[in-house]
Formats: sequence, C-alpha cells, structure tokens
Amino acid sequence: MTLTLGHFLSLGAMLFALSVIGIFLNRKNLIVLLMAIELMLLAVNMNFVAFSYYLNDMAGQVFVFFILTVAAAESAIGLAILVLLFRNKSSINVDELNTLQG
Amino acid sequence: MSQTLSASALLAVPLAPLAGALAAGILGTSFGGNWIGRRLSHSLTILGVLVAFIISAMTLKSVAIDGARFNETLYTWMNVGGLKMEIGFLVDGLTAMMMCVVTFVSLMVHIYTIGYMEEDEGYNRFFAYISLFTFSMLMLVMSNNMLQLFFGWEAVGLVSYLLIGFWFNKPTAIFANMKAFLVNRVGDFGFILGIGLIAAYAGTLNYGEAFAKADELSKLTFPGTGWMLVTVVCICLFIGAMGKSAQFPLHVWLPDSMEGPTPISALIHAATMVTAGIFMVARMSPLFELSDTALSFVMVIGAITALFMGFLGIIQNDIKRVVAYSTLSQLGYMTVALGASAYSVAVFHLMTHAFFKALLFLAAGSVIIGMHHNQDIRWMGGVRKYMPVTWITSLLGTLALIGTPLFAGFYSKDSIIEAVHESHLAGAGFAYFAVLAGVFVTAFYSFRLYFLVFHGKERFDQNPDAHHHGHDDHGHHGEHHAPHESPWVVTVPLILLAIPSVVIGFMTIEPMLYGGFFKDAIFVNLEKHPAMEELKQLFHGPAQMALHGLMAPPFWLALSGSVLAWYMYMVNPALPAAIKRMFMPVFTLLDNKYYFDWFNENVLARGTRLLGTALWKGGDQKLIDGALVNGSWKLVGWVSGVVRRLQSGYIYHYAFGMIVGVFVLMTYFVWLNR
Repeated sequence: MTLTLGHFLSLGAMLFALSVIGIFLNRKNLIVLLMAIELMLLAVNMNFVAFSYYLNDMAGQVFVFFILTVAAAESAIGLAILVLLFRNKSSINVDELNTLQG
Repeated sequence: MSQTLSASALLAVPLAPLAGALAAGILGTSFGGNWIGRRLSHSLTILGVLVAFIISAMTLKSVAIDGARFNETLYTWMNVGGLKMEIGFLVDGLTAMMMCVVTFVSLMVHIYTIGYMEEDEGYNRFFAYISLFTFSMLMLVMSNNMLQLFFGWEAVGLVSYLLIGFWFNKPTAIFANMKAFLVNRVGDFGFILGIGLIAAYAGTLNYGEAFAKADELSKLTFPGTGWMLVTVVCICLFIGAMGKSAQFPLHVWLPDSMEGPTPISALIHAATMVTAGIFMVARMSPLFELSDTALSFVMVIGAITALFMGFLGIIQNDIKRVVAYSTLSQLGYMTVALGASAYSVAVFHLMTHAFFKALLFLAAGSVIIGMHHNQDIRWMGGVRKYMPVTWITSLLGTLALIGTPLFAGFYSKDSIIEAVHESHLAGAGFAYFAVLAGVFVTAFYSFRLYFLVFHGKERFDQNPDAHHHGHDDHGHHGEHHAPHESPWVVTVPLILLAIPSVVIGFMTIEPMLYGGFFKDAIFVNLEKHPAMEELKQLFHGPAQMALHGLMAPPFWLALSGSVLAWYMYMVNPALPAAIKRMFMPVFTLLDNKYYFDWFNENVLARGTRLLGTALWKGGDQKLIDGALVNGSWKLVGWVSGVVRRLQSGYIYHYAFGMIVGVFVLMTYFVWLNR
C-alpha cells in the first residue's frame, strides 16, 4: 500500500477536525485552547507540505516555515497573556473568562 | 409717449401717504413713544393724502387733456432666470381715474375720521392704517407689472384685516377679520396661480410685454387638457377678483367686515379696495377678451351676486349691513359689465359707485354718531329733523344708487344694463334678467333704509338694547337723548361726496365710455364683442340718455321699488310683518344668508379640521411618529437584542465563529470558481 495525497489530506482534515472539536468542547483550560489552535495550524501545514510534495512546488514548504515562525510567536504571546490573566483572575477556566462580553 | 409726467411726481403720490402713515403709526403710538399727538398725526396724514390727491388731479388733467402717458420701470428689484421683478408705474386713463377716486375718497374719509373717531383711544393708529391703505391702493392701481399689483393687492388685504379688527377687544371683530383674511386667501390662491401661468407662458410680468404676447398665448392649450390656456389664466385671475371684490361664493367676508369702524367701511369695503378686482379685470382686458368662456363665467358670477345679494339687503336691520349688501350687489353689476366686455362701463360704475357708496356709508356713520352708536334701523326713524345735512346727502346718495335719471348711478347702471342686453355670450340672458330685477330690489332696500331711518315715527326711545349699545360701541353715553347733527368734519365730506354723486355721471359719461379716455388702457375685441359699439350708436348725449331713461324699464322698476318701500314702511307698516309670516321659509333662508356661513363653517371649516385631525392622528402620530421615528429605534433595539446574544464573551465561541467564517468564505470562493 502506497501513501497517496488522499492519505495526507485525510490526516490534515482529521487534525483540523480534532482541533475544532478541541476549541468547541473545551470548557476547562485556556492552555488546551491554545494547543488546539496550534494543532489547527499544524493541520494546515500538513496540507501545505503534502501539496508541495505532490505538485513539486517548493513554495508550499517555504510557506510552512513562515507559518511555524508565526505560530511560535503567537504561542509565546498567548502564553504571556495567559500568565498575566492568571495573575489577575487566579483562574484560567474558560467558562469563567467572559470579560470580552463587555 | 409724452413726457409731461415726471417720475418723481408720480412717486410722491404713493409715498406721501406712506410717510404720513409712518409718522402717525410709529411716532404717534406707544410703539414710538407717543412723540406726536392727535392733532399733529391727523394733520400729517391728511397732508400726505392731500398731496397725493393734488398730484393725482394734475395727473388726471394731463392724461385727459394733454394725452400724457407714463410707462416706466423705476427700480429693478431682482432678475431671476430672465424673469424681471420690477417696480414701475403705468399711468393711462384707467390709472389716472383710479388714482383720483382713491385719493379723493381717502381724503374725505381722513377728514371724516376726525369727527367719527374723536373718542377712540386708537385715534393715531387708525390714521396710520388708513394712510397705509391709501399707499397700498395707489401702488396697486399705478403698477405697471403684476408683481407690484400683487404687492398692492396683498397690502390692501392686510390693512383691511387690521382695520376690520381695529377694536381688537371685540370677539366678533376678531372673528370677522379672520374670516375676511381667510376668504381672501382662497381668492389670492387663484390670483397667484393666474400670475404664475402668465409668468410661465409669457415669460414676463410687465403688463405691456405680456399683452403683446396675448395672441401667442391664445393659441396655446393648457397642458394635459383641451382647455385654452387663456381661459384658465383668466378664470384663475378672476378667482382673485372674486375674493377681493366679494363675488359669489367668496362674498361672505364683506358683510362681516362691517365690524370695523364706519370710515373704513366707506373707504375700503365700498369705494376702493373691493373694486380692486374690477380694476384688475379691466386692466387685464386684453387677456379676458380672448376667452368667451371666461367672460361668460365672469358674467354669470356677477349676475348671481348682483341679484341674490340684493335680496339679503332687504331683511337686514343693521344700517351698515344694508349698505354692505348693497355694495355686494353693485359689485355684482360691475362684474356683469366686465363679463359683457363693457370694461369701461364697469370702471365707470366703479367710479360713480365709489362716490355715492362712500357717501352712503359716511352718512350711515353720521347717523350712527347721532344715534349714540345704535345701528339698528328698527330703533331709528324721524332722524331727518335732527340731522338735516346727513338727511339731504343720504337722499342724494340713495337716488344716485337706485339710478334716478341725471344722477351719477343712472348713467353707469343703465349703461351696464344696456351693455348686457347687447351681449351675446352664454349666460347673457340670465344676467340681463338679474340686473333688471336687481334694479327693483336695489330701489326697494335703499328706500326701505331711507324711510326707516329718516322718516316715520321716532323710535329711538324704544330700543330694548339701549343700555348695551350696538356694534360700534366704543364710548359711553349713559343717557339717551335726541340725536344731533354731526360736527362739520363729518358733514363737509358728506357734502363734498354728494356733489360728484350727483353730477359726475352726467359730466364724464361721454369721454369715459364713448370718447378715447380709455382707448389705450382697455382693449375690446369689437368684432367678437360688439356691445360697446352698439351702445355708442344708441348714445346721443347724457341729457338725451336721461330723457330716454324715463321711458325705459329700469326707471319704472326703480320707481316701483321705491313706491313699494314707501307703501310698506310708511303707509302700512304692518304689511312687512305679515309678509314675513306668510313667507317664513324664504325669510329664514334670507336671514341665514342662503346658509353660506353655515356651509362654510360646518362643511368646509369642519371638514378641513376633520381632515387635519385625521392626518395629525393617522399620518403624523401613527405613521411618522409611531412607525418611522419610534419604529426605527424599536427595530434597532430588537436587532441589537438578538445580536447581543452572539457576544458571549467566551473565546472559544469567537474562535469557532472565525472558523465557521473561514469555511463559509472558502466554500463561497470554491463555488464561485467552480
């Protein structure tokens, strides 16, 4: 059995679905939310790499590097916000954090 | 164009009364600090009117004898898209005659007012108003364009409003002046539509320029209909004349205007302002000549007014109201003459009527002074002994009014009847009948008034309302003593007005009707409307006409009317009451003035109020306030309430929203690029 593009895309789609479910079902922890977002980006990266390989186009893999960099910066900012949030609210429970409602 | 008339002299004619009005109205009232007293303010206003009268008389002389004409624009107010709005004077026979009539009657009324308003607090204010009126009326008649005509038209209306409500503490006076103002608005609406149509199609407001295009206008039709444009224009203009000259059905304001002081009833509501409509139609004769339909309309309206308003005069008991209905009826005569294309006859009657009707009103005022402000003729009688000058002048005025041969009214009224007889327009038959019957009615109510006031038993002690006086109550006379002759300031104007009332017809009929006095002011299409030409052939000098008049039906009708009045009110005073009982429904109809006031109040006024209330409640409160204003905030509030639920504040909701959004967008683009 050989690996085809369909397998990679299925994997990406599964990862993406997992992360969406992770965002939506998560009621407890903000860190899980951040991880789910990372996972979503990774699912996208998977697609990029798969297409890059099968279309023989390096641009997709170059793009992945950029996304990884941005994702790392994003996680850093996200975690910093999370630390500050915990200091102020003493909680990272997602259900309690509805101050965005205004 | 002869240049013997100077613009500055003409300018002084309206401005002198205006200066007098400003002096008396601003400096002589508490508004300007009461700087000048009664004596000075009446002197100043009389001086202003006297100056105007002298210049008018000189103008008339140079127009009539030297054939001078003046037609110039003195000032351009503005120029809007090619339409010039100007102030200018046009002086020809018609204008010069009107100027003299207006200033002469105004001068008489000014002098008379010194005696009549003696005890009134608003003395200076009254003089300011009548001088202002003289200014406005002169602007109206001297104008050379329709805009200035309209200015004068509205200004006389305004002063009329102010003067009817002169005693502003009296609710009936306030009601009457509001009524006059509103009814005149109806007429002015038509008038301004007419002027607007002329401006739109002729592109000018100047008389001369507009009349030069009359032939072009006569070929046009009113857009969207098959009507002749000129007919629509003329009927619109005539609706204006109907309001100002109190023609049926817009006549309702004139009898009520008697709430004002008597001098202005003479000046405004008999001699000058109410004849502005007649003057205007005569001035617009080049347009009216083009439309037989409009002329028929004018004639029928005039005939209805002439006859039916005369009937109302028969049953009135207020001395001023009898004269007021007589004025309505005479205005109807003038209008009939206009309809018969006998414009010069209408203007001729306007002039004679101005003299004798001003005389009758001022005499009535003199009687009112003598009777200590009782106006009810049932409680007069036998006044002849006490007020000889008033009696004689009234008799002369009455004889002139009913058309006794050789008197002024005979020449004008007989000419009108003849002109209508010669007219072949639709409605001329009815009009002829109406003016003939009107002669009888006029004689009857005039002599009824005359006999009840001046002859018979003295009844002034029997007045049941003696302690609260009649309409003109503005002084206190506790005791009822015998009437007395009025002071000289009252009687001199009566005498001065009585002279033209007797002789003016005899003197001027030939030049005015058959000479060339109006030849460039009034245009008559002789081929289509030959009435004047036929009249001219029948005319062989004023004396001959008087002789002939003795054998014509109008004279016998007038005589029988007078004799009937004499019989019913002198010989057999029980008869009127018996007739009244016999014809109770007719009396009720007349007593309620054909239910016009009822109709106006209950149908027009109440209907308008109902419509207004419906629009206010339904349109304004429900639709605009309820649906649009309140509805929009309610809608925004409701939408916000729904949208607010989306803003849960939970990050995972927002993140999910973003994802869904990306899916939707992607799906959309994929779909689009498929």
